[in-house]
Amino acid sequence: MESSELKRSKDSPNSDESAGLSSFPDEVLERVLSLLKSHRDRSFVSLVCKDWYNAERWSRTHVFIGNCYSVSPEIVARRFPNIRSVTLKGKPRFSDFNLVPQNWGADIHAWLVVFAAKYPFLEELRLKRMAISDESLALLAVAFPNFKALSLLSCDGFSTNGLAAIATNCKNLTELDIQENGIDDKGGSWLGCFPESFTSLEVLNFANLTSDINFDALERLVGRCKSMRVLKLNRSISLEQLQRLLVNAPQLAELGTGSFSQELTFRQYKELECTLSNRKNMHTLSGLWEAKGIYLPALYPACTNLTFLNLSYAALQSSELAKLLAHCPRLKRLWVLDTVQDKGLEAIGLNCPLLEELRVFPDDPFGEEIVHGVTEAGFVAVSYGCPRLHYVLYFCQQMTNAAVATVVQNCPDFTHFRLCIMNPGQPDYLTNEPMDEAFGAVVKTCTKLQRLSVSGLLTDLTFEYIGRYAKNLETLSVAFAGSSDWGMQCVLGGCPKLRKLEIRDCPFGNAALLSGLEKYESMRSLWMSACKVTMNGCRLLAREMPRLNVEVMKEDGSDDSQADKVYVYRSIAGPRRDAPPSVLTL
Amino acid sequence: MSKPIEHDYIGLSVQQLLSMESSDSNNKKNGLHLKATELRLGLPGSESPQSEDHDHNVLSLKSFVSGAKRVFSDALDGGGKWVFSGGSGGGSEGLFSPRSGGNNGGNGLSGSDSGLGSLVLKDGAATKPVLVQEKKPQVAGGSGHGTGNIAPASKAQVVGWPPIRSFRKNTMASHPPKDDDDAEAKLGAGCLYVKVSMDGAPYLRKVDLKIYGSYKELYSALEKMFSCFTIGQCGSHGVSSRDGLSESRLIDLLHGSEYVLTYEDKDGDWMLVGDVPWQIFTDSCKRLRIMKSSEAIGLAPRAIEKCKNRS
Repeated sequence: MESSELKRSKDSPNSDESAGLSSFPDEVLERVLSLLKSHRDRSFVSLVCKDWYNAERWSRTHVFIGNCYSVSPEIVARRFPNIRSVTLKGKPRFSDFNLVPQNWGADIHAWLVVFAAKYPFLEELRLKRMAISDESLALLAVAFPNFKALSLLSCDGFSTNGLAAIATNCKNLTELDIQENGIDDKGGSWLGCFPESFTSLEVLNFANLTSDINFDALERLVGRCKSMRVLKLNRSISLEQLQRLLVNAPQLAELGTGSFSQELTFRQYKELECTLSNRKNMHTLSGLWEAKGIYLPALYPACTNLTFLNLSYAALQSSELAKLLAHCPRLKRLWVLDTVQDKGLEAIGLNCPLLEELRVFPDDPFGEEIVHGVTEAGFVAVSYGCPRLHYVLYFCQQMTNAAVATVVQNCPDFTHFRLCIMNPGQPDYLTNEPMDEAFGAVVKTCTKLQRLSVSGLLTDLTFEYIGRYAKNLETLSVAFAGSSDWGMQCVLGGCPKLRKLEIRDCPFGNAALLSGLEKYESMRSLWMSACKVTMNGCRLLAREMPRLNVEVMKEDGSDDSQADKVYVYRSIAGPRRDAPPSVLTL
Repeated sequence: MSKPIEHDYIGLSVQQLLSMESSDSNNKKNGLHLKATELRLGLPGSESPQSEDHDHNVLSLKSFVSGAKRVFSDALDGGGKWVFSGGSGGGSEGLFSPRSGGNNGGNGLSGSDSGLGSLVLKDGAATKPVLVQEKKPQVAGGSGHGTGNIAPASKAQVVGWPPIRSFRKNTMASHPPKDDDDAEAKLGAGCLYVKVSMDGAPYLRKVDLKIYGSYKELYSALEKMFSCFTIGQCGSHGVSSRDGLSESRLIDLLHGSEYVLTYEDKDGDWMLVGDVPWQIFTDSCKRLRIMKSSEAIGLAPRAIEKCKNRS
């Protein structure tokens, strides 16, 4: 009932209706709007009229900020007085691959200071690619008495001392989720900082920390946190220790094992098998560091209801994977290493009809030896067996246009298509032609495509196809591709929903950059590095579009006129003041 | 649009290379010494098949196309003599093994080991040597994918490519990739680990053949390892519990009639253990299997009896 009322109001905001609506008590409107979760819906709602704008801002409890520099913490606090949960993303995505200078920015501290003053009731903080210091973590730990959930992904600047501060002080913590980060791991004693009276933890993920953890403290912690449903261990935890932990956590929904390779006696193996069996609640399994194929059968009983299996740190062979997958009938998401090779991918096609997401990571991308990895054959094999596939990330040494065309014919529902042919600029290895037709097939067939990463030898034709057909595309990543400015112009001119465009090592210059003048304000950001853009081009862009921040990062020893790395983003906060000297704001 | 002619690091176009390599003995004439710059694996003095290698080299150069910034080191000068011409290398140790140091004195590797090591393991992303380099896996993998499956001339390190997060890069780098399916026997400095499986056991073991001097020693070691499976129950430290069980019920695995010890040799055939002298056995054994007698149908009945009679 409420939603249809909302719909009617949105559809006809003329004066008669709004006069009727304005007598609608604010509290009721707020109550109704508080049921809206999607931040996009909320954005639309806030544009209806001033009353709705106010009702929306008072009822919002979660704010998502995709670019921390697009807005300032003060502006956020002024508009939304009741925020309990914040998600913030900072650095451009290519910082994950060392393309962004270390001290670039995206420091959380200024935000925390404002939050401490304006949102003392803050409960959740989720950060991606932000810089966080131990000092900031210490502030977080004491400034918010009701703090519940901390999630850090791809962040850097902190150490395990910061984690110790969180563990010591956050009495109501339910979630501590430390994903892949640039953390200074000074040891595992932080885990012992959780007080003995602390029992509220539901999510604990320290899988990507390297040092040994205080196991006794961990065992006691798991034992007393009866609501724990997510436990992801790091490599230092042995199989024997895993077994001891699991005995105390029968209700786990997500498990990340530690090292899966300790020498076990027969009895220990049996005990482990027993502990892992009958876990009907378990839907996610990961870890399995250094997994020994012989112990994998212990997992079989735990796999019945698995929907997400992350084997991306377990260098399995094809036969081992095949046997494991036979026990995972409900799998929807699967991450593997390319050690499983095409045969392993065939096994995926045979065993996982419900598969929706597949990620194949390279085991040894920088190695000198001849690596086998996966080829186009494996990709095609999966597509035949998994018609529901809509998300793929595929690292390979070789690919053909025909194979990609077959894949998308079998799986037309792709929303995320990320193909990485690891040798830059490599053509179709059978025909020696560019890979244009491959990505042409992708954008023509997959009308729901939201995210695309291209690779291989590509001419402007690829980008013509993208501009012409990829009408739902939001994120595009391009590397070592294209022939001229025309390629980028096609994309900027053609993709109406484009929000993030990241480009490296392509022959796109000022003409291409400037063709998107009007487009950039509707996008979150643009990244261009090692292209043909010059300082003058960037200055012109900055001058024409005052509401964009145009930042240029210079590399040592490069030509003064070249703009080595350009980052353009819309912002209502104006140019940032915390940029390091290597970053020029134009 | 026309594709630029691709040049390899020597500055020759692919077409030129193609024409040159079609006549394999012409290399020396052209002064290229391509064969001499090949990094090959094999027994000292052995020749590997030539023609497909050249195609591989050419293809790999062709695929090495990019207008992108690359970080190259200068082609190594004096790095020409990569072929291992070690003279009387012992046994199978002619293989490229940077860690083996001066293990086998006469195989000519030891001197160049450190040199080799330093060339291949140059620190820093910027200095991966660019060589026309081709390595054969030490056991010919049956999983070759044809022409596509070759490493490019060099995986020159481009910053941030392939796009993999640092955590994953560092994690995988610190743990070397597993042996592939075919290389069951791991060779290294002075040890020879082979897998031992036993029919019905839930997991396999590994033994170092080098620490045994004879079949007898191997048998007793295997008996100790696999005793728990035939008894059906292990003590907490995996040693067979002896409460109440007489000596005769303990494994006399290989001397009794229930099991037969077999091994897979380099050709992939399953052989009965004990026929050949110990030394030859350790050289050719890739894995061991304790097989139920009932399955050893292919073996001559005499062989099973031979097994029983062996001391």
